[in-house]
Amino acid sequence: MGGSRKFLRTRSAAVVSAALALGLLAGCGGGGDSGTGGGRSKDGKVTITMGLYGVMGFKETDLLDRYMKENPDVTVKAEVAGDEQTYYTALQTHLAAGSGLKDIQGIEIGRAKELVDTQADQFVDMADVPGTDHFLPWKLNQVTTPKGKVIGLGTDIGPMAVCYRKDLFEQAGLPTDREEVGKLWEGGWSEFVDVGKEFAAHSKDDEVAYIDSASGLFNAMVYGASKQYYDERGDLIYQDNPVVKEAWTTASEAATSGLTAKLRQFQPGWDPGLANGTFAATVCPAWMLAHISEKSGAANKGKWDVAKAPKGANWGGSFLGVMEKSPVKEEAKKLVAWLTAPEQQAYLFKKLGNFPSSEKALTSPAVADAKSEYFSDAPIGKIFGTAAQEIPDKQVLGRKDGTIKDIFSQGLTLIESQNQSPDKAWATTVKRIEKATG
Amino acid sequence: MATSASVPHADDTRGIPGDAAQTPGTGGDADRPRQGRRNLLHRLDIKGAPYAFIAPFFLVFAAFGFYPLLYTFWISLHHVELASMNVMEWRGFGNYTELWQDDRFWNGLSNTFTIGVLSTVPQLLMALGLAHLLNYRLRGSTFFRVAALTPYATSVGAAALVFTMLFERDFGLINWMLGLVGVDNIDWENNKWAAQTAISVIVVWRWTGYNALLYLAAMQAVPRDRYEAAALDGASRWQQFTKVTIPGIRSTILFTIVLSTIGATQLFGEPLIFGQGPNGVTGGADNQYQTLGLLLYEEGWKNYQMGRAATVAWAMFLLLILIFAAQRVLKRFTSRTS
Repeated sequence: MGGSRKFLRTRSAAVVSAALALGLLAGCGGGGDSGTGGGRSKDGKVTITMGLYGVMGFKETDLLDRYMKENPDVTVKAEVAGDEQTYYTALQTHLAAGSGLKDIQGIEIGRAKELVDTQADQFVDMADVPGTDHFLPWKLNQVTTPKGKVIGLGTDIGPMAVCYRKDLFEQAGLPTDREEVGKLWEGGWSEFVDVGKEFAAHSKDDEVAYIDSASGLFNAMVYGASKQYYDERGDLIYQDNPVVKEAWTTASEAATSGLTAKLRQFQPGWDPGLANGTFAATVCPAWMLAHISEKSGAANKGKWDVAKAPKGANWGGSFLGVMEKSPVKEEAKKLVAWLTAPEQQAYLFKKLGNFPSSEKALTSPAVADAKSEYFSDAPIGKIFGTAAQEIPDKQVLGRKDGTIKDIFSQGLTLIESQNQSPDKAWATTVKRIEKATG
Repeated sequence: MATSASVPHADDTRGIPGDAAQTPGTGGDADRPRQGRRNLLHRLDIKGAPYAFIAPFFLVFAAFGFYPLLYTFWISLHHVELASMNVMEWRGFGNYTELWQDDRFWNGLSNTFTIGVLSTVPQLLMALGLAHLLNYRLRGSTFFRVAALTPYATSVGAAALVFTMLFERDFGLINWMLGLVGVDNIDWENNKWAAQTAISVIVVWRWTGYNALLYLAAMQAVPRDRYEAAALDGASRWQQFTKVTIPGIRSTILFTIVLSTIGATQLFGEPLIFGQGPNGVTGGADNQYQTLGLLLYEEGWKNYQMGRAATVAWAMFLLLILIFAAQRVLKRFTSRTS
């Protein structure tokens, strides 16, 4: 799982990825069809193909049907891969082979930099598409080449908050009101860990951990920084970056103090953990709410609430790009512009909780005043909207961000579940990153 | 063998001109080219036809087996990334020396070996026992034989997914049952030996029935009268099994060992799915169950380093050749001593 979103939600994802790898091996020698699948028939009808992953919302809602109804000459065919890692591997292969691409391809934030650096000429420039001046500036910057070419338009972003169980906080003697809870860790993530220690000291149930995983906490801290694993020149700086070091120290402190349930997000055990309340809180980007409410189930409705995170950060987000090879470029650009327009983004937020990357959408009343019934009527529009404002205006992305994030998660697992010392785990992590990036 | 078979043909071709020379005037010179052509066709038919018949396999093998093998080797001599397959940077045997010094390779090799032993040995022993039981006359034997094969018909993915859920730490069925007898929850994934055992269980479950049926087929070819003779001599069931059955199916046992060794060396799907997500690719956070197959996958499809992945692939290939050479030597040695 290279990126950081709703991938590997399904357990079958791994199977798919294994099968696909075999398919790719078989397909490498054989070539394949050229073009992108889309095209124009003689009577002027246009077919546009899309390659997507996870829950981007276009196929999950009625958006594509609505577009086809409004544009009777257009047929849109979308293919969705459950797992982004699988999707991106296939995309890489298709880009290298120059075949098998779709007209429109989804781009995950963890891959954006790599594609901008190495494959920009394969994407259509979206800078001149009319009516696309409504995005958060940093969102567009992430997919803009040094020469000013924009290889995709933004879908959602991932401003973060903390989702917590009121009942479990209460049994540990902590406040349950979301304002007061937010105040508990106001100031920073180390305060967040301190609250955890208090939770552990007063909790009446030893089986309940404070948070789900150390890696979730680590990501939350790293994603709040403008520079993370790479600097602007594309050099790796994670070893010297105080942000990463501090995040490591804080997360490993949580791990060694037994504050975590030693779970891995979106992996087996996490879902039943949500449903059975084996942990009291988790750092949650906006898009995670849909997952939590689905897996926790109706029985836990109203037990969950959302509080402000100690520090704003962005976790995840995607883009839609149009391929230069597509025979229906203009139509595809139009479709992308429509799908990422403020109205559609607001609609997806309401339906799935995917937080808009359009400044216009996130200030609209439909988003700003939104409340989540499942999460005790928390004003999620306001909470995540405020968090979005705190996200640094410039986020330096790196080529292997997604991979590095995974390696750090595993490094923290070494501390959490294998009782390794943080120093030893750090050394292993550094060695692995060298292998993965070299 | 080959020379003795080709001798008559060689005699034919050499003899014909001689015959013609000995009987001048009977056929005439005009016949000679025609006969020569017939001979050529005949020779082609005799010598060429077998090649034509076996050609399809070898052509397909050349295209889909041999060429990829060579191309993989070519790639393994380079630094290549998946995103830019057209840019290849020559490294010579650099990837190989690097792999030799890489802890992950030796770790993968040792894991492949331990998981291989953990899964192959109980699997074949259980298959032998199962085949022996199925070999008795019992009611509904067809049902039991089909049932024995069912796990094999299940896909790796489905089997591994189900077992992964059974082995889950907090809410898995196995830990729940262990809890009933007072055993604390085992973290199946993060404990090295627990993880390797769990993966072996999946492999054993899937392949035992398959091997049992192979053994059963071989057992049924063992002549009945040997059993009768053994019974007359007062051999017990167990003695019949060890003295009659096992020697009778020895070549099948060897065959299944070879098959299982190949399977164990290439073990990939079970650990990948057992770990799930990034942990599956790396064989656990500490690579505690990363097999060579998974290392290959990690290099190729996580790090996108095709050169290094190809190197692992070739190392595995050479390893298999080594194993079979060793096995041949061993076989020759044992057959000489016995």
